[in-house]
Amino acid sequence: MAKNEIKYLTAIKTEKRAKKFCRFKKYGIKYVDYKDAEFLKKFLNEQGKMLPRRITGNSLKFQRKVSEAVKKARQMAILPYVTDLLK
Amino acid sequence: MVIWQKALTFAAQLIFLFNKSGIMNNYELMVIFTPVLSEEDYKAAQKKFIDLVTANGGELVNSNPWGLKSLAYPIQKKTTGLYWVMDYKAPSDFNEKLKIQLLRDDNVLRHMFTVLDKYAVEYNNKKRSGVPTGTEKVEA
Repeated sequence: MAKNEIKYLTAIKTEKRAKKFCRFKKYGIKYVDYKDAEFLKKFLNEQGKMLPRRITGNSLKFQRKVSEAVKKARQMAILPYVTDLLK
Repeated sequence: MVIWQKALTFAAQLIFLFNKSGIMNNYELMVIFTPVLSEEDYKAAQKKFIDLVTANGGELVNSNPWGLKSLAYPIQKKTTGLYWVMDYKAPSDFNEKLKIQLLRDDNVLRHMFTVLDKYAVEYNNKKRSGVPTGTEKVEA
C-alpha cells in the first residue's frame, strides 16, 4: 500500500471559479464612448457608483478609460451623480 | 556643399507646407440647449456654431441633433434638454474662440469638448454607418 496516499473525510472542492477577463481586450473595444449610457451602466452599481476592477475584471488601462467616460457622462447629465435604483 | 543646399531648401519647403496646411485635430462638441427652443431656433443655434467652425478654417464632419432628452439631474431648474453632438476638424486654437461664443449664448445650458484620438474617430465612423462596434457583445 502506498504511503503517501491521502484520504479525505469530506470531498475536496473541485469546482473552480471562472477566470475573470477584461471585456475590452476580449471584444476588441478600443474606445469607451461617454455618450452610450446603457453601455456604461454595466460598470456601475445601483447607486451609480463605479464598480471596482476586482469585480468587473477590467484591465487598468480600460478601467481608467471607463472612469473618464463615466465622469464625462455625469457632467453632461447622461448619467446621474447620485441615485437609487439605477437599474 | 550642393547636398547641403538641397537639404536646406527641402527643409524650407517642408516647413512652408506645414504652416500652410496647419494641423487639424479631431474634436467632438456636445451641447445641451434649453428645452424652450422652437424647432427653428434649435436649428438656427446649431447652424450658428457650424458656421463658426467653417469660418475659422475648420471642417464639419458630422452633426447629430439628439433632440429632447430628459436630464439625469436638473440643470438650471430644467429637467429636459435639447442635445446636440457635432464632430469637426479644426486648428488647435479654435476651441477657445468657440468656447467664448458658447458661454455667451443664453440658450446653452452646458457644453463639452472632447479631443478624439484615432480609435474614437474609428468608433464614431462605425457607429454612424451602423457597423457593430463590439460593445453589444458585452453583457453585464
